[in-house]
Amino acid sequence: MISQNAPAKPRAIEMPRASMRDYGWGFVLSVVMTAVPFWLVAERPLDAGATAALIMILAAAQVIVHMIFFLHMTPKAEGGWSLTSLIFTIIVIVIMLAGSLWVMHHLNSNMMPMPHGEAELL
Amino acid sequence: MTRPNLTSPTEAGHFYCLEERPHPEGHSTMLGFWMYLMSDCLIFAILFACYAVLGGNYAAGPAPRDLFDLDLIALNTAMLLLSSLTFGFALIAMQREALGTTLVWLGVTGLFGAAFLGIELYEFHHLVELGATPQRSAFLSAFFTLVGTHGIHVTFGLVWLATMMVQLRRHGLIAANRRRLMCLSMFWHFLDVIWIGVFTFVYLMGMLR
Amino acid sequence: MTPHPAPATGPVLGRLSLEAIPLHEPILVITFVGVLFGGAALLALVTRLRLWGYLWNEWFTTVDHKRIGIMYMILGLVMFLRGFADAIMMRIQQAMAFGGSEGYLNAHHYDQIFTAHGVIMIFFVAMPLITGIMNYIVPLQIGARDVSFPFLNNFSFWMTAAGAALVMISLFVGEFAQTGWLAYPPLSGIAYSPNVGVDYYIWALQIAGVGTTLSGINLIVTILKLRAPGMGLMKMPVFTWTSLCANILIVASFPVLTAVLALLGLDRYAGTNFFTNDLGGSAMMYVNLIWIWGHPEVYILILPLFGVFSEIASTFSGKRLFGYTSMVYASVCIAILSYLVWLHHFFTMGSGASVNSFFGITTMVISIPTGAKLFNWLFTMYRGRIRFELPMMWTIAFMLTFVVGGMTGVLLAVPPADFVLHNSLFLVAHFHNVIIGGVLFGLFAAINYWWPKAFGFRLDDFWGKISFWCWVVGFWLAFMPLYILGLMGVTRRMRVFDDAELQPWFIVAGIGAAVIAVGVAAMIVQFAVSIWRREALAETSGDPWDGRTLEWATSSPPPDYNFAFTPVVHDLDAWHDMKRHRHQRPVAGFRDIHMPRNTGAGVILSGLSLVLGFALVWHIWWLAAASFVALIGGAIVHSFNYKRDFHIPAATVAAIEDARTRELAGGA
Repeated sequence: MISQNAPAKPRAIEMPRASMRDYGWGFVLSVVMTAVPFWLVAERPLDAGATAALIMILAAAQVIVHMIFFLHMTPKAEGGWSLTSLIFTIIVIVIMLAGSLWVMHHLNSNMMPMPHGEAELL
Repeated sequence: MTRPNLTSPTEAGHFYCLEERPHPEGHSTMLGFWMYLMSDCLIFAILFACYAVLGGNYAAGPAPRDLFDLDLIALNTAMLLLSSLTFGFALIAMQREALGTTLVWLGVTGLFGAAFLGIELYEFHHLVELGATPQRSAFLSAFFTLVGTHGIHVTFGLVWLATMMVQLRRHGLIAANRRRLMCLSMFWHFLDVIWIGVFTFVYLMGMLR
Repeated sequence: MTPHPAPATGPVLGRLSLEAIPLHEPILVITFVGVLFGGAALLALVTRLRLWGYLWNEWFTTVDHKRIGIMYMILGLVMFLRGFADAIMMRIQQAMAFGGSEGYLNAHHYDQIFTAHGVIMIFFVAMPLITGIMNYIVPLQIGARDVSFPFLNNFSFWMTAAGAALVMISLFVGEFAQTGWLAYPPLSGIAYSPNVGVDYYIWALQIAGVGTTLSGINLIVTILKLRAPGMGLMKMPVFTWTSLCANILIVASFPVLTAVLALLGLDRYAGTNFFTNDLGGSAMMYVNLIWIWGHPEVYILILPLFGVFSEIASTFSGKRLFGYTSMVYASVCIAILSYLVWLHHFFTMGSGASVNSFFGITTMVISIPTGAKLFNWLFTMYRGRIRFELPMMWTIAFMLTFVVGGMTGVLLAVPPADFVLHNSLFLVAHFHNVIIGGVLFGLFAAINYWWPKAFGFRLDDFWGKISFWCWVVGFWLAFMPLYILGLMGVTRRMRVFDDAELQPWFIVAGIGAAVIAVGVAAMIVQFAVSIWRREALAETSGDPWDGRTLEWATSSPPPDYNFAFTPVVHDLDAWHDMKRHRHQRPVAGFRDIHMPRNTGAGVILSGLSLVLGFALVWHIWWLAAASFVALIGGAIVHSFNYKRDFHIPAATVAAIEDARTRELAGGA
């Protein structure tokens, strides 16, 4: 029984639409992007530097695959705020990671030299 | 969102919403949960930073090559990836209003998640037996904390999953439960996103050092 | 330095024993007795007046953002008294301890005082007061009925209160950390702080940190999703903009603190080697990470107050704020740049010239948007009709005081200068200059400005002005000597001094602290007198200052639902726009209003967190496990509650709005 002073019916919540296509493609792409790095490290067809670069690129690509196909990320989601906050978070993470690595590398390299035997213990 | 207001300024409707359509209940929930996930990503980012900075400090103890079993990690990764897929099947069933099918796929997801945890616990136990404890070196402290924190998140996800299954049986696919399931879905997929980082930067790069 | 011996552990009480109560410290015993009697008297009074039901139903379990905001303010003001007492104790000690005198505080006590002073002032005074103001005002300014997640709001408050309680308990049971407010290892590691102090620190901040992070998420989503129709982002009040930026900083920095404290906790509890001296640990990594959090934290503190000053400068100059767009861009720039300066807190740790130069430059750059804001405030005042009410007085005091602190900050940003001044009293003077001149003066301005809105009566002007002048004069007396002492080479956190020539400066600083104390007392008197004379000071218009933003469109205090009809926004300074166009307030056609229900879950879950924290501090493992299980169980049980809302009937709304109509007619 709705009272005559009840508020108007609210709009429906927009929810992302899950589809078999999305999950299918997401799964297949992820499997490939996982299997290739594992194979590269197990079999070592390339040198360490190239392998490292390739597996990092594939990891980044797989994250994007997850975002699009599993998390239904689009520029329209939540009025654009999902993507904006994701990009901001990524920027902050890059600053924190790159910054920490750069700073700590310099700090460590400016440490006083240690006697040979002791350095290995650290 | 706003209709152009054609009333004159002195009419009440110019400055006040007389025929208001209120916000639907829970319409902020998914954005709020997304923001929480962003904050959780930052926690992992710091753990990754520690692993990056301290991960080379073996303290004359075991190094990644001595410890990591890539076959086991590949199996683990498969468990988690499959669980993401089966969660997707659960959401598709939810969209089709099929409560029973939803519960089945959620259960399968839980099993894959539990398998992941079981394998991880086996791996940790094996490492400890070898003397590669979290206390042995900074590398191992960082390793166990990063991978372990991910595992703790998976555990919380499983507890939440079980709770959701009980609540779905009790109340069905009502709006509140759909919202909650969407949030759990985001959480679950993020667990896999973080794992991509873990298997790449910890295990695979570890074998390359 | 010999480490202290760790206490023995038993299965039932962990490390806890009667020896944890510091009966050998007379100051603590006297304080404890005072708290005991005062607390008992308060509890007895509440019981006698039969207020427990009222307090539980109307305040402790409330999900109303206005009441939660007021509770945050009360928490912050109470904790301020503790933090200020610590400050007075330090000033007295430092003024006395010359010529062989040890002062009246031993090192063990003194080190806890300066640590607790910093921790309490930042985490349990500044953060709650700022969160309280944002909580109260932001939903009103955007024309909303509440925040996006009202229950989470209540939970966040109680988690902050639980953290504060843990710090207060440490005063009487055990000890607090003696490491300084950021607890650097190795000093804070288990080897050099084996006792409970650092553990109290870790768990108090972790518990409060959960509350703060959730509150940040709450306010971001509220601002993004609940704005009134027509209020695009560039029509939001400036205070709402600065709150948005501050809350983004909260969500994007507090997780770092959570992670770092967890790692320190693992080192202490599980023997890991993140920050130890050996086995590969790096204490420098802690310093690096904690300041990655620490620098955004200080911008979290100041940005909302910049917004307050913008609102007040505009209102009390009778003019639109000058340069709204540049204010918004400046706030966003400050928020982003705050992630690029953190190393200036440890120039001297040895990262070398290239790294130091980069961070020195970014630190200098971040002063530019702040300067832009200052000019905008001045241009707002220029050719305005300025009313020197207390909020405006505090704003002017801020402008004069904060600028000096900002300039010493730019001085410290030069790495070679910082090499001389790092960890000296110059640094201490700088950050107190910006925090007191910026954050605290801003909070006092905000309290004087928005108190009539929250309570329906003004604050007493006379005692307010006494408080103002004592604070301003006292601040300058207390901290200018510290700049001079710092330039002379005096280090911070010192308990005794050898050089008698320094003493006069410390005495002047002590006098300054005493003048501030009079100011604090005057403020308490101001509150008391105002409450006592509230009928004489009553204001019923809802808009005592001729305000410009939507919070002034409501009654004072606003009804539970804030707005019977959601406002429609057409321009910046929406309320000013409505007044200018002689808006018609609707007096009929009310509908039922959908509201969230009160709940005790927040209090209970936070109480369990407090027990968990205490158990972890004292290594009472069975209690820790039990409270953890209860916490998870309680959260799950709460999730089974689906009935979280109700409707205020249209007839009730009509009655409230009719009373408001009569009130407005009577005042016309």
